[in-house]
Amino acid sequence: MDPECSRLLPALCAVLVDPRQPVADDTCLEKLLDWFKTVTEAGPSLLLLQENPCLVELLFRVLKAHDPRPRVLSFSLRLAGLFAAQEDCFQYLQGELLPMLFGESGPLGGAAWTAPTVRSGWLQGLRSLAQHPGALRFLADCGAVDTIFSLQGDSSLFVASAAGQLLVHILALAMRGPAEGHPSPQGCDWPACAQKIVCHVEDSLRSTATLQVTQALNVLTTTFGHCHSPWTQGLWVRLSPLVACLLEKDPIPASHSLVDLLLSVARSPVGSSDCGLWETLAQTLSHLSPTQAGPLALGILKLQDCPQALKTQAFGVLLQPLACVLKAAAQAPGPPGFPEGATGDSITVDTFLSSKSACVGLLCQALAHLELLQLLPQRPSPWPQAPLLRAAVAILRFCHGSAAPTSDVGGHLCAVLAGCVRVQRAALDFLGTLSQGTGPQELVTQVFAVLLEYLTSPDSSPMVLKKAFQATLRWLLGSPKAPSCCDLDPHTQLFLGELLPVLRKRLCSPCWEARDSGLEFLTQVTRHWGGQAAFRHALLASEVPELTGQLLRDPESYVRASAVTATGQLSSWGLYATPTGPEHPEVQQESLFTELLHILSTDSEGFPRRAVMHVFTQWLKDGHADVAEDLEQFVARVLQAASQDLDWEVRAQGLELALVFLEQLLGQPGSRCPYAVALPEAAPPATLAQVLQALCRVQLFEFALRALFDCDRPVAQKSCDLLLFLKAKATPCGGPQEAGASPDVVSVEAALQRWQAGEQGQPLGELEPEAVMAVLRSMDLEGLRGMLAKSSDHMEKSPQSLLQDMLATVGVLGENEADCY
Amino acid sequence: MMALPYITEHTGFTGTVYATEPTVQIGRLLMEELVNFIERVPKAQSASLWKNKDTQRLLPSPLKDAVEVSTWRRCYTMQEVNSALSKIQLVGYSQKIELFGAVQVTPLSSGYALGSSNWIIQSHYEKVSYVSGSSLLTTHPQPMDQASLKNSDVLILTGLTQIPTANPDGMVGEFCSNLALTVRNGGNVLVPCYPSGVIYDLLECLYQYIDSAGLSSIPFYFISPVANSSLEFSQIFAEWLCHNKQTKVYLPEPPFPHAELIQTNKLKHYPSIHGDFSNDFRQPCVVFTGHPSLRFGDVVHFMELWGKSSLNTVIFTEPDFSYLEALAPYQPLAMKCIYCPIDTRLNFIQVSKLLKEVQPLHVVCPEQYTQPPPAQSHRVDLMIDCQPPAMSYRRAEVLALPFRRRYEKIEIMPELADSLVPMEIKPGISLATVSAVLHTKDNKHVLQPPPRPAQPTGGKKRKRPSDDIPDCKVLKPLLSGSIPVEQFVQTLEKHGFSDIKVEDTAKGHIVLLQEAETLIQIEEDSTHIICDNDEVLRVRLRDLVLKFLQKF
Repeated sequence: MDPECSRLLPALCAVLVDPRQPVADDTCLEKLLDWFKTVTEAGPSLLLLQENPCLVELLFRVLKAHDPRPRVLSFSLRLAGLFAAQEDCFQYLQGELLPMLFGESGPLGGAAWTAPTVRSGWLQGLRSLAQHPGALRFLADCGAVDTIFSLQGDSSLFVASAAGQLLVHILALAMRGPAEGHPSPQGCDWPACAQKIVCHVEDSLRSTATLQVTQALNVLTTTFGHCHSPWTQGLWVRLSPLVACLLEKDPIPASHSLVDLLLSVARSPVGSSDCGLWETLAQTLSHLSPTQAGPLALGILKLQDCPQALKTQAFGVLLQPLACVLKAAAQAPGPPGFPEGATGDSITVDTFLSSKSACVGLLCQALAHLELLQLLPQRPSPWPQAPLLRAAVAILRFCHGSAAPTSDVGGHLCAVLAGCVRVQRAALDFLGTLSQGTGPQELVTQVFAVLLEYLTSPDSSPMVLKKAFQATLRWLLGSPKAPSCCDLDPHTQLFLGELLPVLRKRLCSPCWEARDSGLEFLTQVTRHWGGQAAFRHALLASEVPELTGQLLRDPESYVRASAVTATGQLSSWGLYATPTGPEHPEVQQESLFTELLHILSTDSEGFPRRAVMHVFTQWLKDGHADVAEDLEQFVARVLQAASQDLDWEVRAQGLELALVFLEQLLGQPGSRCPYAVALPEAAPPATLAQVLQALCRVQLFEFALRALFDCDRPVAQKSCDLLLFLKAKATPCGGPQEAGASPDVVSVEAALQRWQAGEQGQPLGELEPEAVMAVLRSMDLEGLRGMLAKSSDHMEKSPQSLLQDMLATVGVLGENEADCY
Repeated sequence: MMALPYITEHTGFTGTVYATEPTVQIGRLLMEELVNFIERVPKAQSASLWKNKDTQRLLPSPLKDAVEVSTWRRCYTMQEVNSALSKIQLVGYSQKIELFGAVQVTPLSSGYALGSSNWIIQSHYEKVSYVSGSSLLTTHPQPMDQASLKNSDVLILTGLTQIPTANPDGMVGEFCSNLALTVRNGGNVLVPCYPSGVIYDLLECLYQYIDSAGLSSIPFYFISPVANSSLEFSQIFAEWLCHNKQTKVYLPEPPFPHAELIQTNKLKHYPSIHGDFSNDFRQPCVVFTGHPSLRFGDVVHFMELWGKSSLNTVIFTEPDFSYLEALAPYQPLAMKCIYCPIDTRLNFIQVSKLLKEVQPLHVVCPEQYTQPPPAQSHRVDLMIDCQPPAMSYRRAEVLALPFRRRYEKIEIMPELADSLVPMEIKPGISLATVSAVLHTKDNKHVLQPPPRPAQPTGGKKRKRPSDDIPDCKVLKPLLSGSIPVEQFVQTLEKHGFSDIKVEDTAKGHIVLLQEAETLIQIEEDSTHIICDNDEVLRVRLRDLVLKFLQKF
């Protein structure tokens, strides 16, 4: 501990025990504990206590206080635990202090115990303390374990959870050492403390109260999740019959916790060596209700090595709700095509029929689980792509009211699902994921038909519409190319013909979310298909590009931002058309550039301006033909607009654009990708002098130097990186360095100083490249970068500052006294 | 409302009609527009022979399918409208109207249109709610008053949405998108509509939408003989509007934004297509005009003017008419037709929520609501689902509502109440005998103190009519309690009766005093002593019986 902190510590301790002083807030006490933790981890705690006797005194005084404040008491308990984590320090405190703090004579029975923060502090203190065998004896002597048992059912969830975790920690600590080898399941050679905990867990598992069963299961779940020593195997052998007994009860108590435990055991080393576990899992799968069995089935399917039969059973559980839907939707009887075991059993049907919420919940859960599974490498194989597609389409039709079921279950599903946004969203997400696979053409046609229904329907809620657009995009991009590989296949072309009028209508929707989703879809689809002749042809004939241009003036800023991105993308592919017609492309591009520049300079919202900067950067990167025509003017105008922007993201993006410009002039910075193969350059780069002249002409220096002193750190950091890159590129060449005796350095430096002082209004005036380079060389940019890399509160984060702050709030430092006249 | 003159002017109706003020004013406008449209094109002749049933069935469809054609009537005149309206008594929301003392009637906001009402009909012990044409959506009228519908014995539910599958929000979206697309391509939009109601919401929507869709320069025309009155009336019914619009009035600002549209010349209104309109008319434009049936009114001209171009669009928003039938006489038609029925009345999901909230004991509704629509028989969600199942009725069916009137409320005069002497017979339950005169008038019942016993009058005065009131005799005390048979028998024995037999009967017991040849029948609410002419014995036995009973 540094001397200054040692000096401040006694005053702070005095403040903490003084009931007249206001207690610093919880955050300060937490920070203080964090600091003590780092101090105790770095060195011997005993020495710390000996050098700072005020700490022990603090603990004593808190204990002796007549009416201790709960926060301070909790803090003291945790602090004592931190110190006692080291065995010698534990011995030092054990005599008097620790029993007083954690024993029955301490806060345990007092009035302060009613505060959850004190109970939590007591548990956390013990959690820190329990690191060595001595601590185990202490816990046994002071009867702490029984208190922890009772705290498992505490009214505060945080306390209850901490109690469970502490039990696991103590069990693991007790089993460390002599018993760790090959413990017998009976536990006759287990340490007493471990024996006691396990017996308590056994009793709880036998209990008829669900709460107690849940607590026991949670303790076991944490144990098998965290402890992978051989003794856990003995523990499972001992407890698994009791767990199996739970399955025989009806209803199964604490089913969620039971599922968690079984999965935790299956993932632990115990799982791989115990065949009985797979039987238990199979039994559990068949005993639980469809909703409860879902998470277990997914967990089983995620396991790396488990018997194929169990996997098949689990997959069957996940597929059952969809099999039910397929059965209910079937116009004519026929096999739904799912593997055996997934043929919508009566329990699933009962769940569907029981209530709307049960039906919706089960379907959404099944869809979400299957969506997750589809993305995993260990997903079941063969994957029943076709029936899943059929089921997703059927669900979407039920939700839309366009299915015409003949069975009773179908009629019920129709009534329950009609207009249900939750299921629609889940089904559209799932359908989108299924686009990764293929399906028979007839099914794919159905998929596109149902997607089109959703995109067209005036009843689709904005969120459903967005999901429908996303799913459509995924299916479109996943659709096969025509045999010639250079254009879209005929089905897709046909679909596009139907889709674009819908998109056109959505872009005219009075609901801004619909317009926004439509624009996002257009941007994405253009990004991928901008070069496809069929797409270009259909789009240009559809009036969609004109409407997109119109939305640049939308009253909603999100829509304007999306319109900016979309027009930018369309323009990159030569698809943005204005009413002037295709005979004057240069006029169009100029007008779009001017319009976007106008948005950048005048839009009152940040999103559209940021979008404009992204578009311009992309245009510059892609070498957009019309940008390239007068590159310098383009960069100069954009930087000028960006430099005056109030939004730091716009300014930062301006620097990104400047960097792209620099890279194009000077070549890629070497550090960006050290493994990249250097490509032969098409044309020799311009000479440095020419480059610097160009940079001066577009006023890039002024922009970057101004940004260097930006009040927003990311802007300053970016600028610093850019100038360092420039400096690195320029220095080896030497060139301008010898050109003269830096004629106007003084005025530049003076301006920079004023900027640094916050007077940003001062212009830099005409710059000479030599002067700029001289300034760059004289500046400590590396040092500046180091400083900027530190977080803005690095000064205030030091322990010394923390102690000072805490003391200042109560006025102990006396700094405020002068004000009190 | 539109049928009111037929009831009041042609059926010998002599009663009072109750309605809210906006209902009367807007109803007048609607009828005025209708009469104006009809009278503009007088018919020199009218054909009625085709209504003969034998002739009618030979006619092509849909004429041959028309029902009850013989009851069809000519449209009423403005004079009849005025006469009908003069019979209306204005009422306000939550105002209690006494009907002959028998029931109290109260209008409540139904949230569907300006002044539209649901009604509560209640007596002291029964409550019937009549729910018709209600909306739970946030539109311009005052929100629906649901709380007052609670605790109903019967809820009569009618006037649900005609298009349960069309969500009004989605339809408004469709309306706006199609309108924008048409106008953008240089086409005109025709909206056949009524001069009041949904049009206010459509104009408000367009007010917010036209700038975003770049339609600021497109003129909107509202053509109706009552267009001006409708737009102006809507602005003055502040107390009948939703909260947001009410607060605007205090700013003060016009509650509906169509005032601003008119001010900025974006919305123009004309009584007909003749006159000023022909000078101002420019295209492309949007025209709102009636009648939504497309059979009369200015809309006919526009159908003929624009029907031949595929650039133009007609958008149907009123759900009352089948758009296909409306368009039939105009075929072949090149203009685009869009059907966006906007019906804000309750759908079945909303009904289900409403019933959960209001919890009536019984629901009564038209038969159509108790089964899925015939065209979508699988949509079991499109019907009323409640417990106990709704009681349905058909057209013109007379229905006995599922409750019985069991109690009447009787008031007691204070001086009579003062004279009562209650006696507690059980903790918390007191009884008192009341001797009074029940006075019933206008279905109200009052207990008044009985007239004083007639004073001896010297015998010479003539009898006055009030003397007809029967004199009240001094009443015997009333008895209560039950007779425990075993104890009663013991008491009899104590008093010297022997040879007692007890027989159980269906209603109680018979105590047989064989020696005295006497029978005592003890039943739940009566006791009879049957003995032959031995009055002394009867009185003795009576007194023994009375010992077990309480008197008051």
